[in-house]
Amino acid sequence: MAGVAVSTTINGDHVEYLCQPDETLLEVLRDRLGLTGAKEGCGTGDCGACSVIVDDRLVCSCLVLGAEAEGRQIETIEGMAHGDQLHPLQQKFLEHAALQCGICTPGFLIAAKDLLAKNPDPTEEEIRFGLAGNLCRCTGYDKIVRAVQDAANVMKGA
Amino acid sequence: MRYIRPQSMEDAVGLLAGAAGPAAILAGGSDLLVRMKGGFVEPELIVDIKAIAGLSDITETADGFRIGAAVPCAVLGENAALKKAWPGVVEAAKLIGSKQVQGRCTIVGNLCNASPAADSVPALVAAGAKAVVAGPGGKRTIAVESVPTGPGKTSLAKGEIIEAILLDKRPPHAGDAYQRFIPRTEMDIAVVSAGVNLTVGDNGVVKAARVAVGAAAPTVLLVEEAAQVLIGSKLDEATLERLAKICSGACRPIDDKRGTIEFRRKVAGVLAKRVAAIAYERAGGK
Amino acid sequence: MNFDPRYSGRSFTSVGTRPIRPDGVDKVTGRARYGADFNMAGQLVGRILRSPHAHAIIRKIDTSKAEKLAGVKAVITAKDLPDLTDGDAAMYDILDNSMARTKALYDGHAVAAVAAIDARTARQALKLIEVDYEVLPHVTDVDEAMKHSAPLINDAIFTEGLEEKPVKPSNVTKRTQYGHGDVHQGFGEADFVVERSFKTEQTHQGYIEPHACVASVNPDGTADLWVCTQGHFVYRQHCAQLLGLEASKLRVTSSEIGGGFGGKTHVWAEPVALALSRKAGRPVKLVMTRDEVFRASGPTSATSIDVKIGAKKDGTITAAEATLRYSCGPYAGMWAEIGAMTAFACYKLENVKTVGYEVLVNRPKTAAYRAPSAPMAAFAVESAVDELAKEIGIDPVDFRIKNAAQEGTRASYGPVYGPIGIGPTLEAVKNHPHMKAPLGTNQGRGMACGFWFNFGGQTCTDLNIGMDGSVSLAVGTVDVGGSRASLSLVAAEELGIDYAHVKAIVADTSSLGYNDMTDGSRGTFSSSMATISAARNAIKILRERAAQMWDISVDDVAWEKGHAVAKGEKHGNLGKLSLKEIAAESGKTGGPIAGHSELVADGAGVSFATHICDIEVDPETGSTRVLRYTVVQDAGKAVHPTYVEGQYQGGAAQGIGWALNEEYIYGKDGRLQNPGFLDYRIPVCSDLPMIDTQILEIPNPNHPYGVRGVGETSIVPPLAAIANAVSNAVGVRMSHIPMSPPRILAALEAERERFSR
Repeated sequence: MAGVAVSTTINGDHVEYLCQPDETLLEVLRDRLGLTGAKEGCGTGDCGACSVIVDDRLVCSCLVLGAEAEGRQIETIEGMAHGDQLHPLQQKFLEHAALQCGICTPGFLIAAKDLLAKNPDPTEEEIRFGLAGNLCRCTGYDKIVRAVQDAANVMKGA
Repeated sequence: MRYIRPQSMEDAVGLLAGAAGPAAILAGGSDLLVRMKGGFVEPELIVDIKAIAGLSDITETADGFRIGAAVPCAVLGENAALKKAWPGVVEAAKLIGSKQVQGRCTIVGNLCNASPAADSVPALVAAGAKAVVAGPGGKRTIAVESVPTGPGKTSLAKGEIIEAILLDKRPPHAGDAYQRFIPRTEMDIAVVSAGVNLTVGDNGVVKAARVAVGAAAPTVLLVEEAAQVLIGSKLDEATLERLAKICSGACRPIDDKRGTIEFRRKVAGVLAKRVAAIAYERAGGK
Repeated sequence: MNFDPRYSGRSFTSVGTRPIRPDGVDKVTGRARYGADFNMAGQLVGRILRSPHAHAIIRKIDTSKAEKLAGVKAVITAKDLPDLTDGDAAMYDILDNSMARTKALYDGHAVAAVAAIDARTARQALKLIEVDYEVLPHVTDVDEAMKHSAPLINDAIFTEGLEEKPVKPSNVTKRTQYGHGDVHQGFGEADFVVERSFKTEQTHQGYIEPHACVASVNPDGTADLWVCTQGHFVYRQHCAQLLGLEASKLRVTSSEIGGGFGGKTHVWAEPVALALSRKAGRPVKLVMTRDEVFRASGPTSATSIDVKIGAKKDGTITAAEATLRYSCGPYAGMWAEIGAMTAFACYKLENVKTVGYEVLVNRPKTAAYRAPSAPMAAFAVESAVDELAKEIGIDPVDFRIKNAAQEGTRASYGPVYGPIGIGPTLEAVKNHPHMKAPLGTNQGRGMACGFWFNFGGQTCTDLNIGMDGSVSLAVGTVDVGGSRASLSLVAAEELGIDYAHVKAIVADTSSLGYNDMTDGSRGTFSSSMATISAARNAIKILRERAAQMWDISVDDVAWEKGHAVAKGEKHGNLGKLSLKEIAAESGKTGGPIAGHSELVADGAGVSFATHICDIEVDPETGSTRVLRYTVVQDAGKAVHPTYVEGQYQGGAAQGIGWALNEEYIYGKDGRLQNPGFLDYRIPVCSDLPMIDTQILEIPNPNHPYGVRGVGETSIVPPLAAIANAVSNAVGVRMSHIPMSPPRILAALEAERERFSR
């Protein structure tokens, strides 16, 4: 099996790696690049725990090949805060206790960031349908939805 | 295993035609990667078609719309003209998987995956969509319903790629709609589904109709008899009841983990009624 | 132990506030390390070969081809895990479940495993292992398994608990019975009797993080295990026993845990990972796929339950009886017994009898799932209670209030209750605005009650005070949903310092004494008790050090609001010494200051909840939509109210999923049809409304702050609350969970047929 050489941008940094043709972007991030913030909950695109943004599109990194990242711009949870300044969504997730075990949290934050980028003032229903690709088994989603609403309000005011 | 990203359709066709072992086309990957993960397919060659010029574009022509094979479903929803002309096709495409999956999946992939439960296919069949097929022998244009031949099987020959889906230009007073039944509100595969496409005359009478039912037989059903019932009607209560009965009767469903025969049969009719009413309203019938 | 755990009725400064959790930033930045996020030098990838058959004799396993594949470093079968369980039947079952010894007992049962240099090689190696199976007839349904004609899963099992010793083996491992009074007489006194049968399908805890561990066994007999678990001390005991290691030489570190809900109280692949590491001589990382999680870990029981309840015209229940059959997977369990204990726990009953049957089936080994066994029993009982109220013509809330257990009631499972919350939750529900809100067409409202025992258990805690006056708290109880925040609040409260100066961690098994796992809603209850005890021990030392600094008797030093205070007139000019000031001098006054505690936290205090649910049913498709949901539950004392609400909401959401869509679906071939999140349908965000909560605080007399466990009870009422709502919406009584659209539509069609005839 011949390795594929990939040159890409992750969280603003230029990154190069060699991966197998069938290796997913999630495997590359976690096992080759040490970016373990994206989680594998299912490996089949059903849970959203591995969500990342590729060229402004929200995707499951388990359903993208590492080879496909060539020339792309990738955003992961590790790039969400600016230095020690948490993103408003991160801050509101903490304040609202929008996480219990926290395994789904990186995926939710990335998906919520994408949602607010496309719809800065979502209704509760739009938030719920916008985040339906991310499974959470701990919270019943209540506090997640409230945290996103609150973050949207903060971001609108900013 | 090799991963290749050809720059032209000729190269892609050549690679697929010349592959010694199993080869796979990669556009959105939302079916392919799941099948690879489960060990159901082990392609020797993966041909990523996203770098081929034109495949990632939606173009509006004098005849209608041309949707490239690599256009993610999310992009369909962002095209105002397409959404206005073919709201049923767009809403069907936007039901596939999650936001994450919609950022990748394509209607051509949905069609070629050949699942009887594919969401976009009944809407495309109802719309009378056509597929442009490129292959070693040149290009041909075929009706979308002739692509899937059974669960997981298509009529495409080795080396053939669907490069685009064509949708007609809309006459005035036309509308389409699609609905599926799922147990949850999102993230499910259709248990049963229906797509309806109508053209209505100035008097509110249906002039042309196509009715398709999904997840009710090995392939999506184009129910001619149902269309005939709608044509000449104003979708009164009795017509809708007949429509439901015909659609339920046309089903040849199975019992499986997603639903029962009785359920699919009954709900196919319910959805056909509901979808026809929406399409009629969109066509300006009411 | 001279620790006084009794409730003191004190007022609080920190407890009851809602600060940000200490592990929060790591979790929103992706830095928190879960089971699969850890790596060791030279680590191999482990993978498990699983039986495709529901029931089969393993005639032979040929691993030679796999062993020859380049990059494969170890291949193991049951032979590499010799039986060291020494007659301990429960441990033998755990061993056999980790790796099938003579028979594969369910689709997904482990039969062999490999460790290789990468995942691809490991996957290829699995394909090269040849297993010769003799496929046997199987049984997956709980009622079918009880029939005499059913295939026998284990011919060494003779039903325990029968009056006459059975002469033939059976799939029923045990019969248990609870209750008091005379139900026959009680039903004789009843004006109304409702008798119904119910079924519930098997569900999975559905944690988003698959089981994952990194195991490293050294040639000197020491070993390390990094693992996502609800109880690393229990995992250490089990793994050490199964591998023949000395417990103290196996250091188990609990990673951050991505959900457990009972499913991570049990070892599954961890002994296999250790055995692979031992054979390969290298660390092995083993992560289950989602498919493996569903096929081979943790589901709860499928059940079949008969309920009979009788009452007088005035609404007094005269007798209640239930027969409960619970599937255990292929190994003995006590799931029906727990169901039999909880079934009528909410009520004050003169005559009550429950009988439980533990049933073997060819499905994965049943594991605990949040208030295990209680939701199914509550579904049956609370459905029947609603029907009985309807027959009598009394409001269902009033009916329950009239019969609710109270302080002094003898519980149906034996003990006499202390102060309890069932009555108050019902009164709160009766007065809740939700009960008065209008409903539309095809909409219905249901309510139901739930009970859970709660547990305390062995607990060990270290509280260390740094020289800067900050406090580190090391606990042995795994934090599954914010308990580090609660315990930090408790430490701050007891010491009288600010929450910001306390940081709680979960210590590994070599750093702290044995600690029970996080189950039975014991996390905050037991560890807060141990934290209070440890803090009081530290305060004793702080007082001694202050006395030394002042050169007065320690008896004259009191601890008030984070300060040592000299008591009595003669010390009036000494002022106060803060914890920080005492800590700064600790190097000169006797060294580090710490408080330790080891205790058995008794008196966990039973828990009750009442839920209200509004449902809309589409009569044409059987589709349901939860419109509004309210949880009312007694917390004793909510230490961190936001996380208490979170437990209420999370449990309710799991219950809603169970009630409506979640189920294990087996094919005729005995194979699981839906081992993935696509077709095992846990609720998604758009399926649910906001889940309102009301926290009641009826202090637990056996805890200094009045705390009760809060984690589990909230999953108990939803099944029945939703069934009652569906019944009120469209007039059909759903007796089979989940109430999926095909089942509701079929019930509606049957009802229409009945009326049209």
